Amino acid sequence: MMSNESIRETHAKWLRRRWFLQECGVGLGGIAATSLMLGDSAVATPSTEKSPNPLAPRAPHYAAKAKRVIYIFQAGAPSHLDLFDYKPELAKRNGQLPPAELLQGYRAAFINPNSALLGPKFSFAKHGSCGMELSEVLPYTAKIADDICLIRSMQTDAVNHAPAQIMMNTGSQQFGRPSFGAWTLYGLGSEAKDLPGFVVLTSAKGTSGGASNYGCGFLPTVYGGIPLRNAGDPVLYLSNPKGIDQETQRASLDTLQQLNQMSLQQFGDPEIEARIQSYELAYRLQTSAPELMDLQSESAATLERYGIKDTSKANFARNCLLARRLVERGVRFVQLFHEAWDQHGGLTAGVKQNALDTDQASAALVQDLKERGLLEDTIVIWGGEFGRTPMVQGGNDGRDHHNRSFSMWLAGGGIKPGCVYGTTDDLGFNVAENPVHVHDLNATLLHLLGFDHTKLIYRFQGRDYRLTDVHGNVVKGIVS
Amino acid sequence: MLGANSFPYCRLIRRFAALIAILAIGARVEIADAQEESQNSVDFQRDIAPLLAEHCSHCHGVDEASRQGGLRLDKREDALRGGDSGTRAIALDDVDNSEILKRILSNDPDIVMPPPSEKKPVSAEGVSKLRDWIRSGAPYDTHWSFTPPAKKNLPGLPEEKPIDSFVNHQLRAKSWSPAPRATKEELIRRVYLDLIGLPPSPEELAEAVEASFEQIVDKLLQSERFGEKWGRLWLDLARYSDTNGYEKDLQREQWKYRDWVIDAFNKDMPYDRFVIEQIAGDMLPNATQSQIIATGFLRNSMINEEGAIVPEQFRMVEMFDRIDCVGKSILGLTTQCAQCHTHKFDPITHHEYFGMFAYLNNSYEAQSWVYTDEQNREIATIQEELAKVDSMVREKHPQWKTEIDRWREEFLGKEVAWSFPQFHQLESISGLNHPTQEPDGSILMKGHTSSDIFFVSKLGPQKITGLRIELLTHLDFPHAGPGRSKTGTWGINEIELFTKRPGEKDWVKHKLVSPTSDFSNQDTKSADGKKSTGPVTYLVDGTDDTTWTADRGVGKRNQPSLAVMRLESPIELPEGAEVKIAMRMTDMVGCCRWSLTDANEPSAAPIDYAAQLAMRVNDREWTESEATEVFRAWAKTLPEWSDFAAKVDELWKKYPVAATSILHLHERPARDPRITKLLDRGNWDQPTYAIEPHVPAAFHPFPKGEPNNRLGFAKWLVSPESPFAARVAVNRVWQALFGEGLLETPDDFGVRAPLPENRDLLDWLSVDFMENGWSHKKLIRQIVLSETYQRTSKGLGPSRDEDPRNRWLARGPRFRADAEVVRDIALCVSGLLHHKMGGPSVIPPVPQSVLDYNYTYPSYWKAAEGPERYRRTVYGFRKRSMPDPVTSSLDAPNGDLSCARRVRSNTPLAALTGLNETIFVEAARALALRVLREGGESDQQRIDRAFLLCLSRLPTQDESRAVQNLLDSQRKRLAEGWINAKEIATGDAALAPDLPPKTTPQDAAAWTVVSRVLLNLDETITKN
Repeated sequence: MMSNESIRETHAKWLRRRWFLQECGVGLGGIAATSLMLGDSAVATPSTEKSPNPLAPRAPHYAAKAKRVIYIFQAGAPSHLDLFDYKPELAKRNGQLPPAELLQGYRAAFINPNSALLGPKFSFAKHGSCGMELSEVLPYTAKIADDICLIRSMQTDAVNHAPAQIMMNTGSQQFGRPSFGAWTLYGLGSEAKDLPGFVVLTSAKGTSGGASNYGCGFLPTVYGGIPLRNAGDPVLYLSNPKGIDQETQRASLDTLQQLNQMSLQQFGDPEIEARIQSYELAYRLQTSAPELMDLQSESAATLERYGIKDTSKANFARNCLLARRLVERGVRFVQLFHEAWDQHGGLTAGVKQNALDTDQASAALVQDLKERGLLEDTIVIWGGEFGRTPMVQGGNDGRDHHNRSFSMWLAGGGIKPGCVYGTTDDLGFNVAENPVHVHDLNATLLHLLGFDHTKLIYRFQGRDYRLTDVHGNVVKGIVS
Repeated sequence: MLGANSFPYCRLIRRFAALIAILAIGARVEIADAQEESQNSVDFQRDIAPLLAEHCSHCHGVDEASRQGGLRLDKREDALRGGDSGTRAIALDDVDNSEILKRILSNDPDIVMPPPSEKKPVSAEGVSKLRDWIRSGAPYDTHWSFTPPAKKNLPGLPEEKPIDSFVNHQLRAKSWSPAPRATKEELIRRVYLDLIGLPPSPEELAEAVEASFEQIVDKLLQSERFGEKWGRLWLDLARYSDTNGYEKDLQREQWKYRDWVIDAFNKDMPYDRFVIEQIAGDMLPNATQSQIIATGFLRNSMINEEGAIVPEQFRMVEMFDRIDCVGKSILGLTTQCAQCHTHKFDPITHHEYFGMFAYLNNSYEAQSWVYTDEQNREIATIQEELAKVDSMVREKHPQWKTEIDRWREEFLGKEVAWSFPQFHQLESISGLNHPTQEPDGSILMKGHTSSDIFFVSKLGPQKITGLRIELLTHLDFPHAGPGRSKTGTWGINEIELFTKRPGEKDWVKHKLVSPTSDFSNQDTKSADGKKSTGPVTYLVDGTDDTTWTADRGVGKRNQPSLAVMRLESPIELPEGAEVKIAMRMTDMVGCCRWSLTDANEPSAAPIDYAAQLAMRVNDREWTESEATEVFRAWAKTLPEWSDFAAKVDELWKKYPVAATSILHLHERPARDPRITKLLDRGNWDQPTYAIEPHVPAAFHPFPKGEPNNRLGFAKWLVSPESPFAARVAVNRVWQALFGEGLLETPDDFGVRAPLPENRDLLDWLSVDFMENGWSHKKLIRQIVLSETYQRTSKGLGPSRDEDPRNRWLARGPRFRADAEVVRDIALCVSGLLHHKMGGPSVIPPVPQSVLDYNYTYPSYWKAAEGPERYRRTVYGFRKRSMPDPVTSSLDAPNGDLSCARRVRSNTPLAALTGLNETIFVEAARALALRVLREGGESDQQRIDRAFLLCLSRLPTQDESRAVQNLLDSQRKRLAEGWINAKEIATGDAALAPDLPPKTTPQDAAAWTVVSRVLLNLDETITKN
């Protein structure tokens, strides 16, 4: 039935496909099942160009200021009042009850809201030519004051950790939605050839939101974040079984690919071609991941800047340096989780310790990126899932969960440097001006990545979903 | 279809044209397209409904609240009439003057529709379709899936079976020739993987080749492995998990539900029954334990146990999840939209959403023991024996009724009056728990536990002489409580009473004395002698080291208790004084009630409190158990009771201890219903008006004669009149067999779903499914015996290019098996698989780094050893916040939400898993030894055996050569000492493998390398 010409053409097409798969840098997503890109999602694929590789780099809606993101998620909720948002009035009214009108309809998590006010635990000073006021426990952040934009008027909907963390990361308190990183990957694909496009690094303990914080939700699996592990294999199951050396591994894969090629001839199913590529990429990852984790090539000066004393020791500082190495290698989205900030008690010591653990490396990352010319198109985000109450919890050294106001800072990638955006009232309780809801933040970040946040959509169950649900306004005031 | 017939390969050619730019062919194609266009009339459901849904329905659809300009376009008469402006949206007599077209085509940003801000302009093609449709009279049509399915006449050839009749008819219309039948061996492997999720052993294969295909299918349908394969698909929808989710993500005991599902599939429980038992099994007459377990379905929602939560907030999240689950699994409709507002596309209003919600909202979040059949028999015997004792007492006291009446009157006569304070402050000092007070004065303490609770109430002028606490059973707590320990017990260390007069600043503590209770445990010291539990005096002895408990033992422990304390010095409080009651606990109380009295020297009667509570109720309203409670409490007061006491104690001591429990539904009693209120925008803390349970009006009516409750709702869901029930179930089975459903969105049959290519087939099968008693097995049998199913998946063929996803079914199905099947294949072919059914979930090995990422470290995570380790994957422990690294890399969902369709990815991480994960590596080593043991002595024989095991076929010459090369090269490397044989074969250079006779460690090592390759072949992990 088929003409000779058609058969020739078919084969020509196969050759082209092979060329594409082999030469064009498929990335670690492998190649989607044919159904994947043509299914529900076809309606909403962000780019007009349909590639068989779901992770192929794609152009966003319009020219972007940022190409990649490093999201430093300070889980547990850092106290804005002791770090970023100095309130002399709160200090003055330490021990007094909050004004009754402030508590109308207010809900904290643990405490009776009608608890005494607790003044800031640290002194603050102005830094940089922008005069950004920061806590004494952040001496290194103080040095990058002119590079960052501090938002003091963040708001969110949730007051418990797990829902608030996934609210921050997925734009919804309901589990099952794609994370910001997954949306970014879905929108932009990845430029990393031998590494995942969305990498997750964890220090301190596991997070309340768990794997949902960086999950793919209903987006295809390839868009989910891949944890790089602190111990054992950096990527799960990266090491060959005991006794299998590199040469036996290569010989095994050669045979596997040879047999799969024979299947491909038989079945003509492009899925088999994709599988061949996936195994090849797995092999490459066996080299690229250890190379990434090996900090030998970093100069002593760099290590010192980040505060890394022992390169084999997994901690926040090492993760910051790894983040830089990852974006250098084309990784689209890197997310650090540091779950340590839930100071219901032991506030003074806890905040101080956390600052010691994170301040230097966070600042070093920004400076390092800047010096390497990466900061201009990399967004760095620093913050947690909510703030903490101006009211005390327990004796005189703790603060409860507070969602009415909190602080975050951003840098690079089109963010206005040396800028303080938004204010809170005299007690750091409510936002006084320029509120930035989580949805507004996410709308702005997508804007910087080149997306109209209302148009980066994915149809699932008949509904067009987006990161910002039906909300979100781009915050022009933080965009340079 | 003229165009398609004239140019059979026009689409194919068009694609080539684009590639090689042969102008002449391109021109022909354009002509063909034009012809095709003109021949096709506009179809409302195919062409117009999606346009309206995409561009118009948001503001001009079902939802009145968001309707603009009073115009709705989803109803013909409204569209013809127009909106508030009076202009006709659709003008049949003057098509181009139809407002809908004028607005779409307008250049004025204030006029154009959809508004520019929506960024959804209608395409030129869409406009032309709309125009053609209006020209043809703007016919509307009910969405296909909203009317019940009907069997159309078979369109195909007389000799074709029904499925093939529909499918082949369409292929003929497209002039596509279907692929030939697959070989018998191919089909055997395919149907094994599809029906039981395991490949055939070489022996089974040999046997099956001799049998008819029908015989093979019937044998597999009878296999217990069938339920393990098909149950898993339902468990995705049921979001089954072994943990609660959220931050704490603690373990739950729910595996009995998983086993129930597997068993139901094995027994081929009719699908309508299957649904009814899961939605409302507890409400069926004389509900069995199994039917109660079935209601675990809706209880599979996540439970938040984070500190300081407001439990009602997360109960609402659970409720939303249940509706979502019912929507995806049974209705085939998206419901989430209607949670916050009326659905924009499908006919479910916000009000109707809460109408369905109300059916599910009237039950307790119960947890009960699950007994084995044996234990249930023992319990029945014990109950019979106890009843015999009751009879003996009655024989000795023929006037027992009168005697009880007198005794009860005496008891009631001694009762003093108690008042129930309303607390305005209910807190835990830690803040971890937020108690709430019910209208009857009782207090519920759900959410995170706390050892420190206090309550503050403002009183009128009042004298207080005594304080009473009632510990009450409540079905929201484990085994009805009253406590919150795993068995529902509690332990109270101290109770304190404070008052504060108006204007005073500090609380004054009042000494409590002379505590009495209906029951207390014997005084027991802890091992270190520092703590004591038991007597009620411990309540007020001023130390937290002593605890009052009233645990009556297995079978009796979940019953109410009370304690009464006196104030050493009675107090007289003026208007506006406050009272504070504080309670510290070792095992937290779930439900209790406080009361105050001014009576002289109040005390607790030493009568089981359940009987006291019953005696206060009108005896004509007593339930059977209340009557028994009173009778037995009375019997204990008789002088001759000592004759029976020992026997009764003996019986209770025999009461069996259950090994596990189940989270299930239990409907609230008629005297205490929960009123559902519509939540404004779906916000849990914004209830508006009360809603009666009801079903959406646009669909089939509520079944006549059924009660308007959850049971009636369950029957409505699977009513034969339902347009959804059978279609959704049939489509799901099709999806499992073909990789995609006849409708590709199994959880959305609404107006936004694509039209199924084989809609008539779906409808025919749906009716047939109901006619055949909703039997999954008959449906599956019918499908796998069709020519459509049995086609080969091999070859390029014209249709692979035309139809890469095989929507028109010209080829046989081919796709990578589901995660569980991929892992089971490795276990099965290596011979490791351990066929034990059911039981507690099995903990698989995971890397330490995965465990370290938990918020709450799962210290119970000890990977199973021995045969348990190699159970089927369906029995694996599923932890929500720590998705299993193996199955999740192969796209298994983690159970947070109902999942109707898994995506299928193909990633390097999955490749690494197959190559290096512990179980896969162990399978490779075991397969090597199996091949050496079973495969004869030559390499070729062994290669043949290995291929038969993994692929159910012999290798080709080329394949044999490739494997032989690998064997040779690895033997050489082993001989040269580059790699260590023992290390490869066992993972330990010092450990020798358990070698079959006449084989060497080098053989085992070389074959381990080969086995690892074979287990990772595309063909091995694929249903071909």
